[in-house]
Amino acid sequence: MSNAIKDLLFKMADDALIIGHRNSEWTGIGPMLEEDLAFSSMAQDKIGHAQALYTILHESFGEPSPDQLGFLRTEAAFRCCRFVEQPIGEYDFSIVRQFLFDHAEYIRYDLLAQSTCKPLALLAKKVKGEIKYHVLHGDTFFKQLAQGTEESKARMQSALREAWHQALGIFEKSEFEEELIAQGVFAGEDELKKRWLAKVTAVVEAAGLQIPETIESKIDFGGRRGYHSEYLKQLLDEMTEVVRLDINAEW
Amino acid sequence: MNSLDPRVNRLDVSKTMDGGLLTNSHLITWEVFHQDKRGKQVVHCGIVHANTPEMALILAKEQYARRGKTTNLWVAKTSDVFTFNSEDEDIFETTPEKTFRDPGFYKVRDRIEKYQQQNKLNV
Repeated sequence: MSNAIKDLLFKMADDALIIGHRNSEWTGIGPMLEEDLAFSSMAQDKIGHAQALYTILHESFGEPSPDQLGFLRTEAAFRCCRFVEQPIGEYDFSIVRQFLFDHAEYIRYDLLAQSTCKPLALLAKKVKGEIKYHVLHGDTFFKQLAQGTEESKARMQSALREAWHQALGIFEKSEFEEELIAQGVFAGEDELKKRWLAKVTAVVEAAGLQIPETIESKIDFGGRRGYHSEYLKQLLDEMTEVVRLDINAEW
Repeated sequence: MNSLDPRVNRLDVSKTMDGGLLTNSHLITWEVFHQDKRGKQVVHCGIVHANTPEMALILAKEQYARRGKTTNLWVAKTSDVFTFNSEDEDIFETTPEKTFRDPGFYKVRDRIEKYQQQNKLNV
């Protein structure tokens, strides 16, 4: 059982750490001052979620410290989906990614508020408000840009098309899927995907854009089993460059 | 396409040198008000740039409510603020002298008068 919960915690924590790091790459170069600060602040929130999840792994499941889990594992040990690894691209892609990813994260935590894994259920209740704001931010920017000029509308539709099959990779199942559902830890990726699809479809249609057609063979799977895109290694190398100079240094 | 970022316009120096003027299409500003406790007054804390009230509110959240305690925020268009002209500041000039309008003034006044009376009696 504990291996199943650990797998769930690792994929959530790794998603949060990697998207947090990616989104923080906008710091200082955001499209306007207010948004630069808001996007950076939400990126920090994501790192905080990762730390909270690594802390559960450390305190309840005997894993190494949060810093060690975040900084010193190899690429293959990461369980994040490939979607969060992709470079930030232009702002249209980063907003579309926030919109798609955060809706999934919000529903995931909402389902986990009932989890039989108590520390996870407590965390889910704690971060609910934070992620509600992230979703509100993503929705508002998404709709605003989709209904802006002809150019911004075209760019949002194109970014949505680019992100779609990557986003569906969020719901890749692990070998522990049935066990997590049976033990009441998590309602499962299929349930999550069903609810997510209903939510994002409503917003996309209200914004006047179209949900891309899903081609099963194009879904970007692999991340949840440690098979990552070429971008994760680059990100980890950069993120851990300083800590690797002296891994025992006291900060 | 004028600019890589569709939300801003770039100054075309060659045109302004020819004496042409460009329309300013920057985002409008919104005044932001912060409330730290339910039922307490909302206090003005600054501005944000945005094009809709929703955008103003979500941007205000991280500018002005990312530290400390907050229960709510208000935003209002700067252009909706109605105010005096700065040259009419003299309207308020004598107000600081009107200490009789300050409740604290009476407390002190009572004590001073009592002290004076006592001293008179003693003399």
